[in-house]
Amino acid sequence: MSVTPSESTISSLARKRVEELLGEGKRLDGRELTQCREFEVETDLIGTAEGSAQVKLGKTIVLVGIKAGTGEPFPDTPDQGVLTVNAELVPIASPNFETGPPREGAIELARVVDRSLRESKIVDLEKLCLVPGKAVYVIFVDIYVLNHDGNLIDASVLAALSALMKTKLPKYTAKKDGTVTRKSGHSELKIQNMPISLTTGKIGESLLFDPSLEEEEIMDSRITMTFDSEGNVRAMQKGGHGVFTTEELKTLVSTAGEKTSEIRDRLKELIK
Amino acid sequence: MSKKNEVSFFDGKGLRNDGRRLDELRPIELEVGVLDNASGSALIRQGGNRILVGVFGPREIHPKHLALPNRATLRCRYHMAPFSVEDRKHPAPSRRETEISKVIREALEPVVFTEYYPRTTIDVYIEVLEANGGTRCSGITAASLALADAGVPMRDLVVACASGKVGGKIVLDLNDFEDKYGEADMPVAILPHLDRVLLLQMDGNLTPKEFHEALDLAIEGSKRIYEMQKKALRDSYPIPDEPQEEEVVEVEK
Repeated sequence: MSVTPSESTISSLARKRVEELLGEGKRLDGRELTQCREFEVETDLIGTAEGSAQVKLGKTIVLVGIKAGTGEPFPDTPDQGVLTVNAELVPIASPNFETGPPREGAIELARVVDRSLRESKIVDLEKLCLVPGKAVYVIFVDIYVLNHDGNLIDASVLAALSALMKTKLPKYTAKKDGTVTRKSGHSELKIQNMPISLTTGKIGESLLFDPSLEEEEIMDSRITMTFDSEGNVRAMQKGGHGVFTTEELKTLVSTAGEKTSEIRDRLKELIK
Repeated sequence: MSKKNEVSFFDGKGLRNDGRRLDELRPIELEVGVLDNASGSALIRQGGNRILVGVFGPREIHPKHLALPNRATLRCRYHMAPFSVEDRKHPAPSRRETEISKVIREALEPVVFTEYYPRTTIDVYIEVLEANGGTRCSGITAASLALADAGVPMRDLVVACASGKVGGKIVLDLNDFEDKYGEADMPVAILPHLDRVLLLQMDGNLTPKEFHEALDLAIEGSKRIYEMQKKALRDSYPIPDEPQEEEVVEVEK
């Protein structure tokens, strides 16, 4: 069951100050409304994973590890590999994260990242089939949030994409009955698309790209839009207890689209 | 996803697989006040969807630490019956249901005057009995009727409808087949009077221009459902006829 979360008194006090600043077109950290925080990417830092990447978006840190192996396909897609996304909001990342099974926040994060990757057809799942109906590649994308300073969705999409770009699949020989044996060597995982998401927060009437944690705590709502390499929308998710006007959404679909192509170019520079 | 050439979405006349035009809704039936024990309730049938919603409250909240000092807590559960889909659904809440419960709660939050009932809860239970695509939208449409039936003060009714893209065309109110094999699905919930978007999700592939078109279509379709919601409420709470002037009967002495 989904329950209204409680709001801290501090955040309702902070809201006044933030709204005053926004009235002058300014943000707490000095950014422009449509300015995202700088990000850094490090790849291949987990030796035991088939692919990994850590993204720092401002002070937000997200680590993604890819584990790839073999398993049975889903019965309704016998000739496709399996791609699974999970997110863990580990307690080291924020005083507000607790131990235990994923709550709705972590589930929503994983599912929005999953849709961004899946709908943009980031990998050709049919190429990950070993024996139709019997054995396919199974790829786990595990999102590990290490420091929460806002906008986990965009940081996670960037980290997941970076990790998949660096993933090396172990090679297998497969028999017709579905038994697989590990061969030596690895092959590159082919990435066909580079989905980039952009989350916009709304505070009062102001729309701000890439909200920080301070802004997230007081914002009314957010909208995440994921764009593919061609600039088309592949996934969207509105969150929060506020509303958007249709004009805001229609404008955002162009401005956010442009911004994601800048982010994509920057990521290409960072990962070669 | 199946290969494009394996499925066809339109017949020779350009009608959809269930005989609808591109901008046509599935047949909708709405009924209010269908559960005795709930504070408010509603039933929606929309094409092959059949969903019951019960609202309880405002009432005392348990556990008490969930109580909010300045407003009512809103709790929402979207749940599918095990028999509501082709392959039995395990009754435990899935990750999909957890996410949908969250986005539905967030769609209802801005509409309810929760500030009138501090320290209480308003519980919204959405039970999908039969599913054939677009159940979160049907659920929201029924949930707002159930809230109204419970007498919970609201800024407006909430109404939801999906649009999307199938076989290269922008269509309204996708059924399960179109959702599964089509190119894009986009559920939208709005405040019909104020033109505000309360819920927006999308998966698939749309150009920015197609997004504009799909958003306008979803809003237009929602407004048609809004008229049906109002009628369902009026039918449930009929305005008594104007009292007739009493005829004076002369009594013979």
